[in-house]
Amino acid sequence: MSRLAIRGGTVLDQSGQSRTDVAIEDGRIVDVGATVDGDVTLDASGCIVTPGFVDLHVHLREPGREEAETIETGSRAAALGGFTAIVAMPNTEPAQDSLAVIEFVRAQGRRAGLCDVHPAGCITVNREGAALAPFGELAAAGVRLFTDDGNGVQDPQLMRHALEYAKALDITLAQHCEVASLTKGAVMHEGSCCSGLGLPGWPAIAEELMVHRDIELCRLTGSRVHLLHLSTARSVELVRAAKIDGLPVTAEAAPHHFTLTHELLAGYDPVFKVNPPLRTADDIAAIKAGLADGTIDAIATDHAPHPPEAKEAPLDQAPPGMLGLETALALALTELDMPLADVLAALSWKPAAIAGLADRHGRPVAVGEPANLVVFDPDAEWTVVPAKLASKSRNTPYAGRTLRGKVRHTLLDGVPVVVDGTAQR
Amino acid sequence: MKHLLSIEDLDASAILRLLELTDHMVEISQRPIPKVPALRGKNVVSLFFEDSTRTRTSFDTAAKRLSADTMNFTVSSSSVNKGESLRDTIETIAAMGVDAFVVRHRSSGAPQMITRWTTASIINAGDGWHQHPTQALLDCYTIRTSLNRRDGFDGLRIAIVGDIKHSRVARSDVQAFTTLGAHVTLVAPPTLLPPCVDDWPVDVSHDLDAVLPDLDVLYLLRVQRERMDDALLPSLREYSTMYGLTTRRAGRLPAHALVMHPGPMNRGVEMVADPGELPGSVILDQVTNGVAVRMAVLFRLLGSGADLGGEAS
Repeated sequence: MSRLAIRGGTVLDQSGQSRTDVAIEDGRIVDVGATVDGDVTLDASGCIVTPGFVDLHVHLREPGREEAETIETGSRAAALGGFTAIVAMPNTEPAQDSLAVIEFVRAQGRRAGLCDVHPAGCITVNREGAALAPFGELAAAGVRLFTDDGNGVQDPQLMRHALEYAKALDITLAQHCEVASLTKGAVMHEGSCCSGLGLPGWPAIAEELMVHRDIELCRLTGSRVHLLHLSTARSVELVRAAKIDGLPVTAEAAPHHFTLTHELLAGYDPVFKVNPPLRTADDIAAIKAGLADGTIDAIATDHAPHPPEAKEAPLDQAPPGMLGLETALALALTELDMPLADVLAALSWKPAAIAGLADRHGRPVAVGEPANLVVFDPDAEWTVVPAKLASKSRNTPYAGRTLRGKVRHTLLDGVPVVVDGTAQR
Repeated sequence: MKHLLSIEDLDASAILRLLELTDHMVEISQRPIPKVPALRGKNVVSLFFEDSTRTRTSFDTAAKRLSADTMNFTVSSSSVNKGESLRDTIETIAAMGVDAFVVRHRSSGAPQMITRWTTASIINAGDGWHQHPTQALLDCYTIRTSLNRRDGFDGLRIAIVGDIKHSRVARSDVQAFTTLGAHVTLVAPPTLLPPCVDDWPVDVSHDLDAVLPDLDVLYLLRVQRERMDDALLPSLREYSTMYGLTTRRAGRLPAHALVMHPGPMNRGVEMVADPGELPGSVILDQVTNGVAVRMAVLFRLLGSGADLGGEAS
């Protein structure tokens, strides 16, 4: 077995930062030191070497919507974005509410071999909010995160029972916080812009009511709750208070919710339509503050590919969602005023723990650990060109934007799946 | 001017110039043969993705009086029902040679979106809750003519009453009236006002009786039955009691005040009195002026600037 050396970089993980080379053999880190040798060398000069990123929130569209994305194309986008593990949301067709679909997604992930693909299970059968999905059966097969993402679980009684049932299984339930009756027909943030544009508004309170409800259900049941894609200032406050109370609540935010505001909808371009919607500058400030003080644990992309024809419909008919995997790191580095170690925590070891993947991902860069690593240049500037993205779809809201921070190499189990910014398979 | 998508795109002088051009169109419309060759050879396509009788007929009449060729395209008779995308529909028709599309769509922003896919001029004939700019222009023309306000609406007091939240007419009228200098008051129950109405350049009232005595123009909007489904109103009867124009309420208006409505009216709801018996009603004038205003818009967008005076051959 050949020995791989990552040379010239700065290692940054949960234990600190140092100018260190890393040697890898047989999928594991075998040496760290000032200089190490290898049969193959990856140049990391000027780069940070860190545990691979973990995305808690990815829509891979397969099975069912392969015209938008496949597990292979989505995995490639993930690897190029520095992710070594991604959680695949269950709103596929069929939904990920049975062992058969879960195993299919995993098999396609292994076949692509670009990152670990971990399908999330549904909370309810076919995400319909009516009957519990087979948690026990799926948990026994290793599923650790359950969600009806795309839909919030509307019925509080059902959600209470789901949380109670989950206690026996060491799983985490993740909520898409949206009270559906408050967002009927909603297209964009309810506020100053939607009024003039004549578009039905998605009020902040539709998210905050469910955030509040699930925090209280967490208090009642003691079960872990993860809150997906927080978008409002008040949601961040509610989670902050819940954490002060010591509740097992975690939360994530998507890069678009700390970079883009609802004013962008003024041109009626569906590329800016997303759920929950882009909100105000004040909300962005609150999301950033929540990330900075750890109220929000993780940066998760909510990568949501849609083919061009779907995004060429009028705004109210176009599906919500935007690409995220290939721009997340750069947006975090460009837009967040946080210590680099905290950014990497939110991209790697904290989401790894939430996803139940801390045995393989977000591990320290140390001898004996699995070599799931990313090497990125924090100063490299690049311009987002939709046609150059690896995703099968093109719906990035950042087209033409120049960002700072680019992945150079990604290693999955010691295998360089991205080298010099190019996917190897 | 390439498109007419929103009143927002027009400043006061642009609106006033369109109204002056409308004067010429009114004169043409009153001739024994109300037709000029100004737009001969131009192809105007009506693209209505939502039902409308008066707006479509009005545009059609306007285009014909200017000798344009016209073509109607409706959802029911189109391939949209076969799953064709909006973009494909536009590109296909545009490929036949179109100078202007008159677009009505239930989605706010659809006309603006269409501008990306064709080089033809786009005239917004109503999109969702967003805009209905030719309605606002014909309303301005009607007020200008009826109250003899050729130079603008400075000091004029206008109330718009009804379902503001879901109304493209309200959005266009508020912009047009205030741009011309009028003072606008919106009168509606809070549930029928848009969120963040505080940002609009208007006053808000929930008391129609208190507003009526100071008005120069009372503008009523249609209130639709489906608003009860979302618990925005207890009943149309209650709406009518609080906000409907009864003969008694009409008596509180100053003698010179105009009563306007974009149609179609809900008799017995927002319009309880017989509009035919209201001395200030200019509702049919609005319809008449609609043709002339749309002629002005078509000529401004498609005309070569040549003489308007000739007869059609």
